[in-house]
Amino acid sequence: MANSTVSKSVSNLLEATVRFCGDSGDGMQLAGTQFTNTSALIGNDVATFPDFPAEIRAPRGTKAGVSGFQIHFSSNEIYTPGDTVDALVAMNPAALATNLADLRDGGVLLVNKDSFEKKGLEQAGYQSNPLEDGSLKKYKIHSVEMTKLTRLAVQDCSLSQKEADRCRNFFAMGLVFWLYDRPLEPTLRFIEQKFGAKVPQVAQANSLVLKKGFHYGETVEAISTQYHVDAAQLPPGTYRNIMGNVALAWGLITAAQKSERRLFLGAYPITPASTILEELARHKNFDVLTFQAEDEIAAMTATIGASFAGAMGVTASSGPGIALKGEGMGLAVITELPMVVINVQRGGPSTGLPTKTEQADLLQAMFGRNGECPMPIVAARSPGDCFDVAQEAWRLAVRYMTPVLLLTDGYVANGSEPWRIPEVAEIPKIPVEHPAPLNDGDLYQPYQRNERLSRPWAVPGTPTLEHRLGGLEKQDITGNVSYDPVNHEHMCRLRAKKVANIADDIPLQDLDGPDTGEVLVLSWGGPYGACATAVHQAQAAGKKVSHCHLRYLNPFPKNLGQILQRFGKVLVPELNLGQLDLMIRSRFMIDTVGLHKIQGKPFAVAEILAKIEELA
Amino acid sequence: MSIETTLPVLKPADFASDQDVRWCPGCGDYSILAQMKKMLPTLGLPRENIVFISGIGCSSRFPYYMNTYGMHSIHGRAPAVATGLKSCRPDLQVWVITGDGDGLSIGGNHLMHCIRRNVDLNIVLFNNRIYGLTKGQYSPTSPLGKKTKSTPMGAIDNPLHPLSIAIGCEATFVARSVDTNIRHLSTTLKRAADHRGTAFVEVYQNCNVFNDKAWEYATNRESKADTTLELEHGRPLIFGKDRNKGIRLNGLDPEVVELGKGITEDDLLFHDERSPEPSLAYLLSRMRHEDGFPEPIGVFRSVDAPRYDSSINEQAKEATRVNGVGDLEALFHSGETWEVT
Repeated sequence: MANSTVSKSVSNLLEATVRFCGDSGDGMQLAGTQFTNTSALIGNDVATFPDFPAEIRAPRGTKAGVSGFQIHFSSNEIYTPGDTVDALVAMNPAALATNLADLRDGGVLLVNKDSFEKKGLEQAGYQSNPLEDGSLKKYKIHSVEMTKLTRLAVQDCSLSQKEADRCRNFFAMGLVFWLYDRPLEPTLRFIEQKFGAKVPQVAQANSLVLKKGFHYGETVEAISTQYHVDAAQLPPGTYRNIMGNVALAWGLITAAQKSERRLFLGAYPITPASTILEELARHKNFDVLTFQAEDEIAAMTATIGASFAGAMGVTASSGPGIALKGEGMGLAVITELPMVVINVQRGGPSTGLPTKTEQADLLQAMFGRNGECPMPIVAARSPGDCFDVAQEAWRLAVRYMTPVLLLTDGYVANGSEPWRIPEVAEIPKIPVEHPAPLNDGDLYQPYQRNERLSRPWAVPGTPTLEHRLGGLEKQDITGNVSYDPVNHEHMCRLRAKKVANIADDIPLQDLDGPDTGEVLVLSWGGPYGACATAVHQAQAAGKKVSHCHLRYLNPFPKNLGQILQRFGKVLVPELNLGQLDLMIRSRFMIDTVGLHKIQGKPFAVAEILAKIEELA
Repeated sequence: MSIETTLPVLKPADFASDQDVRWCPGCGDYSILAQMKKMLPTLGLPRENIVFISGIGCSSRFPYYMNTYGMHSIHGRAPAVATGLKSCRPDLQVWVITGDGDGLSIGGNHLMHCIRRNVDLNIVLFNNRIYGLTKGQYSPTSPLGKKTKSTPMGAIDNPLHPLSIAIGCEATFVARSVDTNIRHLSTTLKRAADHRGTAFVEVYQNCNVFNDKAWEYATNRESKADTTLELEHGRPLIFGKDRNKGIRLNGLDPEVVELGKGITEDDLLFHDERSPEPSLAYLLSRMRHEDGFPEPIGVFRSVDAPRYDSSINEQAKEATRVNGVGDLEALFHSGETWEVT
């Protein structure tokens, strides 16, 4: 590195939030990911929020095509990607126009000056150039000729101008890396691994541009302050950064290994669940079979076939796909076969907001099938939590011989956080039993139940246990087709009781804060982080508020009703119009206060905090 | 010292479940069930290694009547259920029982993709050209103009032809038989069972309640020799009570010719079920009674191709060969990690 010729001050911060934004083709997701991994490697706690459009390449320079990646990094434990942004990198006018509102007053604004020309400004709806008209004066603005400097840096790399321009994101990264005092080495290693062997000239160019951005920060006089965020004090252990969908896929693999099953995933590509299929397809050496089906229904029913065969059947989709799987889930419920049905929720109804987050499929999970068709529901609260929830879903599925719905959302699935790598030997086994062949004269009864009310899982290929399953109502114990009215009611009640019995098998609900108080914040899924942070802040300000976060949505933990009664008010923040709220009200007959947001975005801490302050 | 185990010799009755068969008296399904039970013991497979998967409809009750493993699944989805099952357990022999509505209407998509993947399944489609279980609406194989409860003025949609669909998807085994032709049906089911890959069999099946005599022309003792043509591999296409008629190719079109008068067997189209190109099999599937052709029965096509169930397992083995047996410890520590002390 060149010696700095300019003296710079270093300002120590507890935490900071940075957002990279630009055109979908500008490599902002890559920039954000690299910044995240580097921050995690130097010991910060991190939380991320990638935000990208549904179109792969919307017309260049338009607001519709803006893609962003936000990283919150801290020397303390954090749970959210941050409400407002301390530094915003805007690669073009459209990115500036769509993201500026989230930059705090006095925040750092880095823009690519070269893109602020007539056409770009028009596409973003600017009447005049904001870099020149004084409208940005409340920010620390650094307007850098990134395109020009990038081209200059790679002039000896024999790249076309188009190829050269594609390196611009590395200039922005280099500059932000300098600004927040992050090392370049992890990214240089990444560049070498990704491009080194295949396209060495691209590897060389990206490395040069990354360093050029960093040097620019070091040397240019206009940028006088560098920021430093110390490592966080996380519990001891080996850490890695992990994305929600990757953690989910690894949790499934772990569950398969710990239950000594083959893992069969039936899936149809759908945002934001596809990366589960992609991740599992990379790990076939764990005896993982991935079946990219012709449609969601085939994905679901092939999974039923796999579970019938004795494998760990899993299907993963999002709301619209889950709607198509409804009839199949009914078959899984009546045949009482174990499997995991994953819904990575996105904005609905219909195609809705495919790339944005929402929690509006809870009632679909509860009731979205014909007939009395109960399914256990578990939900992950953060990227790392997906690993644990995947195993828990499969544990319940085999223990109770039932399909289990696992809910995450786009925010949890695409977000990432540091994950303390567990000791493999300490992860509990998931025992699975199959009945053995019978003695002469004995009769296999496929719907004979144990003390939990679950039936045996006899797999094809086992002599003497030949039996027929199916979607027609079955006679209790024998499993023969039965149209007997009393038997039908009996079977409906048995299936409901079996799922309700799970409450005996899950941990009692815990609380963050005192057992009693003025306000209880009751959350599930992705809003965990914003609620936890808001509650901590309110507690620090002396409010009598506690936080209760649900992993189990059906059945609820046995002590939930008692917990709710010990608080004056129960606040239920959800990214929907009040679905858990409805379940809590009808089940416990209590008045609740809903806080609803359906904008395709996660809650900001400030939104939860404001509501708590209003109530306590 | 070698240990020999002998499989018990099974009889047709061993394949009968303890459930009462509930099809209407006189239904063609009885005959198919009987031939299946008669044929299965000839395969020498243990009963527990055989699975019947069905969808919804009269034909789909089939698994309940077989003393094997089975699943009566949901409407149209049997090929997908069977694909998941067979992928996880390629050692099992898996049959899919479906009908014209189940397989070609609500489940058309699964049938198409199952066939093109060449999953090692035996699919038997009972074609009665009507919806029986819902009591008499027209089906995707009902002829144009067919008057049913749901088409009082006659069907206005052009029917599908099951074998044309299967061949269009490049099925590796395609055959047709008739419920009442029990010798032929039994042989055809056996051929399907012996095939490795998707074996697709259409059975002309009479619904004597809602669509009686739909296949009268193909089953009537008087006419069937003239209205059907039994395919034999490597033999010319000859038919007729007096075996004096044949099929000749005129350009790209088949035509019926009379033998004699200067036309010999050598002028006729010879059946080649193993032809890698499916074009001739497709042409055979388009020979229709209503157009004055005899309808071929027997094996249209029987070729080898990679099978999905075997390939999906091969990939898992290959991944293990290249990367070693999956190790969670190594997976969790792959990529960049850091220590917090």
